[in-house]
Amino acid sequence: MSVLVYVENSNGKLKKSSFEAVSYGASIAERSGVPVVALAIGQIESAELEKLGKYGASKVLHVNEQTLHSFVNQAYASVVSEGARVSSASIVVLSASFSGKALAPRVAVKLQAGYVDGVIALPDMSAGFTVRKGAFSGKAYADVTLSSDTKVLALMPNSYQLVERNTQVAIEAFSPSLQQTDFKTMVKEIVRAADKVSLPEAEIVVSGGRGLKGPENWGMVEELATLLGAATACSKPVSDAHWRPHSEHVGQTGIAVSPNLYIAIGISGAIQHLAGVSASKTIVVINKDPEAPFFKAADYGIVGDAFEVVPRLIAAVKEFKAANA
Amino acid sequence: MKILVCISNVPDTTTKINFSEDNKSFNTSGVQFIINPYDEIALTRALELTEAQGGTVTVLHVGDASTEPTIRKALAIGASDAVRVNAVPRDAYFVAAQVSAYAKNQGFDLILTGRESIDYNGAQVNAMIGEMMDMPSVSVVKSLQIENGMATLEREIEGGKEVLTCPLPLVASATEGMAEPRIPNMRGIMSARTKPLNVTEPSVVAQLQEIVRYEKPASRSQVKLVDAEQVNSLVQMLHQEAKVI
Repeated sequence: MSVLVYVENSNGKLKKSSFEAVSYGASIAERSGVPVVALAIGQIESAELEKLGKYGASKVLHVNEQTLHSFVNQAYASVVSEGARVSSASIVVLSASFSGKALAPRVAVKLQAGYVDGVIALPDMSAGFTVRKGAFSGKAYADVTLSSDTKVLALMPNSYQLVERNTQVAIEAFSPSLQQTDFKTMVKEIVRAADKVSLPEAEIVVSGGRGLKGPENWGMVEELATLLGAATACSKPVSDAHWRPHSEHVGQTGIAVSPNLYIAIGISGAIQHLAGVSASKTIVVINKDPEAPFFKAADYGIVGDAFEVVPRLIAAVKEFKAANA
Repeated sequence: MKILVCISNVPDTTTKINFSEDNKSFNTSGVQFIINPYDEIALTRALELTEAQGGTVTVLHVGDASTEPTIRKALAIGASDAVRVNAVPRDAYFVAAQVSAYAKNQGFDLILTGRESIDYNGAQVNAMIGEMMDMPSVSVVKSLQIENGMATLEREIEGGKEVLTCPLPLVASATEGMAEPRIPNMRGIMSARTKPLNVTEPSVVAQLQEIVRYEKPASRSQVKLVDAEQVNSLVQMLHQEAKVI
């Protein structure tokens, strides 16, 4: 028996969300007294793969096939399922990233496993196997009991702390059997803004709403975000008006985020928006309307004009960074 | 082109969520139900594609008879016909199995869903259908073009997008950007009444999981207001108290 964790990389660097998944998998494995096996696909240096031991993996299955250098969920699902079978995994953990969520349902069907997506806490294994996930787009939690022999869990990024275990790790080349029929999709191009922090994984998010009056005023949002190493986001009316791309829309029908710090500027706090940010650890609201509903869902608030407060905040963060450099 | 669009019946986005006293079920009293917003995007794109290239759009929904107004709305938006699998949707695996059982041997070129439903947020049904039907699937697609039986898709990824191609048949899940949802017009609403809505019985599917309890997030303690002139103290609190910077 084992816990298998599928780890993702971006240009040969393992992702933080994958280290979180290994930490999470290791915490489950520890309780059941079984090892953690990590499965990585792509061109990744051994020194990078060894980092998986730091978070509790004792074995790494490394797949480095030319045909798998870009993401093909159908083929990756076959590889992960085969990895689960060869390591007799009873639990498969992935990160609930875009790729993880495209892959995990296929793995679950192949392994005839119950699958919970967007898991936010360790399972309760005292009587059966029950795990908590977000539901109703952040308005509630649901506890799901899995009764299948094999279980697949996709962990929400930024919801489980990294735990260092410094396990002795062995790296093994793994050559799964591949079927041509798994390769119907073909990646043509990956377009990524080079210096942007990715919103779903961000530890800090700076978000703007209609109170900012127009797309030309986003300069200060971006400046504050860059200073804090944060991702930028927006409310639905802003993306509907095409001031910002849809991929920045946070809320019930956009992206649900769970950063350590969410700064909302000029966002009133409609129920649909609050749903998408409720998992944030700390929320700061800047709004000129003291009656804005967002203040009731915030930890810190400033009642004031964004065009005065945000430049001051930028200056204050600069000062803070200079003092703590 | 023959397109199948799978739709969910979900609480309106403004709904305050409440549960039964034992927290075991969602309290639907007073709740307005709508087509899942992402499914509406998928439906609109399907209509755009068949309007430009010819074909039919069938909507499929797994639900009991109470969900028929939602199906009729999909017909009013423009779907040609509808199928309701007469069962309460237990979980994603169950729904995907019902869709696959129906779609098998029907020769759909394209099966579309929303990226996830806004109630259970599973984001599972789409890729499960792909696996059950041994078809390629692409998740969270913000652009879908089809030319001569070949799809070009833009899939959302962290911090950007991936452009990919795939021959039909294909399963894909829609997100914002794929199409702007349409509001049904009077003619659509009138014609929806007479469009075919076929009801089929579900196939038997093993149950692998069950929601045993719901809980609402704890509300935050009282907001700490900082004077707009004293922004420095906010930075200090975020550093020392909240420890987030």
